[in-house]
Amino acid sequence: MVGGREVKLFGMWASPAVRRVEWALKLKGIEYEYIEEDISNKSTDLVKYNPINKQVPVLLHHGKPIIESLVIIEYIDEVWKHNPILPKDPYERAMARFWATYSEDKCRSAAREVFFAEGEKRVKAIKCLEETLRALDEELQGKKFFGGENIGFSDLVLGWMAFWLGVSEEVASFEVLDPNKFPWFTSWIDSFLKVPAIKENLPPRDKTVEFFHSYRRLHLAAPKC
Amino acid sequence: MAPEKAVVLLDERVSPFGQRVRIALAEKGVEHEYREEDLTNKSPLLLKSNPVYKKIPVLIYDGKPISESLIIVQYIDDVWVHGTPLLPTDPYERANARFWAYFVDKKIYDCGARMLKYTGEAHEEAKEEFMENLKLLEGELQDKTYFGGENFGLVDMAFVPFTTWFYTFEFYGNFSIEKEFPKLVAWGKRCMERESVSKSLQDPLEVYELLAYLIKKKYGKV
Repeated sequence: MVGGREVKLFGMWASPAVRRVEWALKLKGIEYEYIEEDISNKSTDLVKYNPINKQVPVLLHHGKPIIESLVIIEYIDEVWKHNPILPKDPYERAMARFWATYSEDKCRSAAREVFFAEGEKRVKAIKCLEETLRALDEELQGKKFFGGENIGFSDLVLGWMAFWLGVSEEVASFEVLDPNKFPWFTSWIDSFLKVPAIKENLPPRDKTVEFFHSYRRLHLAAPKC
Repeated sequence: MAPEKAVVLLDERVSPFGQRVRIALAEKGVEHEYREEDLTNKSPLLLKSNPVYKKIPVLIYDGKPISESLIIVQYIDDVWVHGTPLLPTDPYERANARFWAYFVDKKIYDCGARMLKYTGEAHEEAKEEFMENLKLLEGELQDKTYFGGENFGLVDMAFVPFTTWFYTFEFYGNFSIEKEFPKLVAWGKRCMERESVSKSLQDPLEVYELLAYLIKKKYGKV
């Protein structure tokens, strides 16, 4: 075991961005102290270590903060070199980063649109989300994971889709994860959720559904700015 | 030394994202073929090389395409290891560099573009966010020569193309960047002393003319 008291993670139990950092830490066998944040009442420590956007996750290593989950995972991979998360080959590394940023730039916003949209906007938003699933399905052809035989950087970053997208479907009453339309992607979900470091590190489903129900209600009720 | 293999850059002269890649290639002294794309009539090579986004810049090395400017810059640094390092060696400094480079994309470019596009309340909101984010960026620079310290690097490359947009931002935002963020302006001038930068960037007035034309055409805003 490595890490110990020198590694701290500020997180929030329902956040997929926090979980992906935890998955990276678990895959490397890094011990860390986890600090649960109340997002409605952020600790002075969180604000001190992340004054830029005051968000979780924040990794603290030897007292120095690293923020943004993708940046944190690359940092973890560079400091603790065993069980590599990013490939060695420069081209493969670039592709891993490409799909990771695709997740954050395209997939997350597409899913978010569907989650909060209603009526005609919802129909349009679902089409956009399905386009991203198509792209991911194509990328996976012939592969078990985005990282190949074993999970890697893109799998960890896209991992929210293996659990939180299903939760969104239930909360907002829509369906996109169709194994007939996206056989490779839905198969990837099954394989991903079977990986011990992932399986043993997911939030409780019922509690997560409840949380996102409230989150959605609050957002839809809020006055439009 | 990496063996001689073809390096092709699919790009568009005025793109700040393409400019980042040109600067990186110049810093490393990488010989390459530059191909100007007509974005109203994209080449089959571009569509094949970047099927997901169909955007420039795309770097093709040894037949393999890489897209997304910040990913390309890091790739260039990984491949041409003997040239000027574009990222620091220390993992913590590297993480910091990656954070601020993505901050430029997500926060600076995004708000700046919205400020240019919109009018009324949406414009004011975007302007406020834009100024706040520039303040944060200047806070990171402080009195360093470059964002990378003594070394010109990823964050410098990420932001420097947007210095040629300052004139346009000032015009549409009705404020002076030099007055509000003098350290950023001074940094921009230092960067322009590097040949890789001065040869890759456009003249600010040219940028203004092009953006003003596009803004009027797309959003009817004068």
